[in-house]
Amino acid sequence: MTDLPLALDIKGLSKRFDRPAVDGLDLEVRAGEFYALLGPNGAGKTTLLRMVAGLLQPDAGSIRVLGIDARRDPIAAKRLIAWVSDEPMVYDRLTPLEYLQFVAGLWEIPAAEAEATSRTLLDWLGLAPHANERCGGFSKGMLQKVALAGALVHDPRLIILDEPLTGLDAGSARQVKNVLLDKVKSGVTVIMTTHILEVAERMAERIGVIASGRLIAEGTLDELRAKARHGGVSLEDIFLDLVAESAAESSAAA
Amino acid sequence: MMAQPTSVAWFARHELGLFWRDWIGMMTAGQRTRGIILTVILVIAAILLHLLANALVGPWLAEGIRPDKPTLVLVTGGGLLFWSVMLSQALESITRAYYARSDLDLILSSPASSKRLFAVRTTATAASTMLLSALLAAPLIDVLAFRDSPKWFAAYGVLAASSALATAIGVAITLGLFQLVGPKRTRLIAQIVAAIIGAAFIIGIQAAAILSYGTMNRFAVLQSADVVAHAPDVASVLWLPARAAMGDIPALALILIVGFAALAIAIVVSASSFSRHAVAAAGIGHARVHQATAAFRPASQKQALRRKEWALLRRDPWLLSQTLMQILYLLPPALLLWINFGRSAGTAVVVVPVLVMAAGQLAGGLAWLALSGEDAHDLVVTAPVAPRAVLIAKIEAIAVVIAVILAPLLLLAAFLSPAVALTAGLGAALAAASATTIQMWFRAQARRSMFRRRQVSSRAATLSEAFASIMWAGAAAILAAGSWLLAIGPAVLAILVLILAWAISPRKGASGRI
Repeated sequence: MTDLPLALDIKGLSKRFDRPAVDGLDLEVRAGEFYALLGPNGAGKTTLLRMVAGLLQPDAGSIRVLGIDARRDPIAAKRLIAWVSDEPMVYDRLTPLEYLQFVAGLWEIPAAEAEATSRTLLDWLGLAPHANERCGGFSKGMLQKVALAGALVHDPRLIILDEPLTGLDAGSARQVKNVLLDKVKSGVTVIMTTHILEVAERMAERIGVIASGRLIAEGTLDELRAKARHGGVSLEDIFLDLVAESAAESSAAA
Repeated sequence: MMAQPTSVAWFARHELGLFWRDWIGMMTAGQRTRGIILTVILVIAAILLHLLANALVGPWLAEGIRPDKPTLVLVTGGGLLFWSVMLSQALESITRAYYARSDLDLILSSPASSKRLFAVRTTATAASTMLLSALLAAPLIDVLAFRDSPKWFAAYGVLAASSALATAIGVAITLGLFQLVGPKRTRLIAQIVAAIIGAAFIIGIQAAAILSYGTMNRFAVLQSADVVAHAPDVASVLWLPARAAMGDIPALALILIVGFAALAIAIVVSASSFSRHAVAAAGIGHARVHQATAAFRPASQKQALRRKEWALLRRDPWLLSQTLMQILYLLPPALLLWINFGRSAGTAVVVVPVLVMAAGQLAGGLAWLALSGEDAHDLVVTAPVAPRAVLIAKIEAIAVVIAVILAPLLLLAAFLSPAVALTAGLGAALAAASATTIQMWFRAQARRSMFRRRQVSSRAATLSEAFASIMWAGAAAILAAGSWLLAIGPAVLAILVLILAWAISPRKGASGRI
């Protein structure tokens, strides 16, 4: 670990529904890092990220976003965060520009600055021709891009994305990935969950693997490869191996 | 015995199963105790409604009910009031059969016959329309059957036939709209037509009562000597439904045959085109281009939230159709205010409760849209805005809309009497505040498009909202009549309703939580 400031510092985070969804999890993500979070279905990835974004109250533990205690001062933390879920939540009856104007209002971005950023983002994401159309008729990919533009309009320092590429066509996925990589280059931290292991393999600097609400492994691809008992060439092999090991350990402990 | 898959019986069983689970889920929300409490409340409500019906028909029974012209006019008129609501509900349900996509895509893409599905869903519409109208009419029918003659039970048969006929007409109107305006506009126009049909007869008869007799009692027209004198002779076929309701068996048989034959014909004629229209309905595009957005306006967080709410409300065609009936109901009191301009009399006692009720109902709908129907819930929650500030901004947005709608009427009332306007304004504010508070306690994340089902998602909230509005309307009416002491009674009841709603709500005092 370097001395770079931490964009996200999680200690002992827990959330229980019928069973523990996140179980005393510790996680550190450095500022300006692209971090991919992997895990099987129901591993607790979304619950973890929803707690960081302020959408769920943790049962225990601490969350610090760029040094701010997100549980003690959620408003200050939220100013720095952007959240994009797998289901784009956009108003059907607003146009992308109107949506971005609303988002800018929530984050208190000066109108002129917000307008310029909005138009640049829509252009960047290939949505400029649709800027004045209601979102109600948009495809899933277009809605996801509108949601992403909304996440970027307030220039967040930490972008959290939950399966942002689900349902996107290749062209749209490429556009979204490029935008995220550009953001990382400019010093923004990106944390993303994905089931598309190739995306994690190619984009992320570090990868965390979650199973049963715990972080069972993390590191660069090479570090993970070294940790996997049976080794493996691809991230898919490594991921499956780590998850199987964790499941076996859990069964043995039970 | 298991029904043959994809047969009518199989679809019927499937639909019944879904309906039953929906109903149980709605009543109990997965909690046994909640189901028991609601059942007890419903039983008490049924008893109270029967007592109310008994008080209503008491004087009529005392005079003795005969199948003479005044009775036939009254029963037919009352029946038409019910039937207009039935037709409205049936039209709304039939439109939904074409547009609801929950399982339609699955069924339409399967080799199963969509004709059978449509036949089952149309019959289900008739059945649910019948059930609702029977629930509403049951207290009157039961009291008449027990106190006058068991022959009155035949009225349930008339309700069944009327529901079938209403459904058949609903199918015909929907198909007509598909032909005339196409699938893109059919749903909206059908919703508006349904609202107008539901309110038109009641409002028409009320307007006639106001213009002729200066009262809002719609039965004043039905009981007037003029109407009775001009009505057809007792032998006319026009009175067949009334005679059937009063126990005339041949008339009942004829009514049943006509109603169910119409339904059967409607199903046979429309079933073959169901699949085509449903697919067309699924394929409608929503792309609507607006004028280029003007330069971004500076806004505080609350302003941004309020502007967003107003933009969404302005562009919500469903809101228009869903609240149209409530707004239409404001027309008679406006008319009454207009014709009584300069004369005070008892107008206030009639007008004030209507305004208060309308404010409560409007606030309930708008509050649901703003508080629960937040399509971008995650965005608003992850924004750096205190949840309390979000709530306040949304409530302010609702309050402004209600004020804009009610202001002209309150202004008109102020010309009649400033005291009346003040009472109406106070009552409207209390009813709107109660409805909004209840929606706040019962709010649950939902899509705006679920607006039509908001009553279904929480019966407890809907009932509390309605009872609170009724009580505030009663209190305001009594206050307008000049008796502030008596007004305390319903006001206290309204507060008790609020306390009960809070006690059973899933969010006791959770105004600021996620």
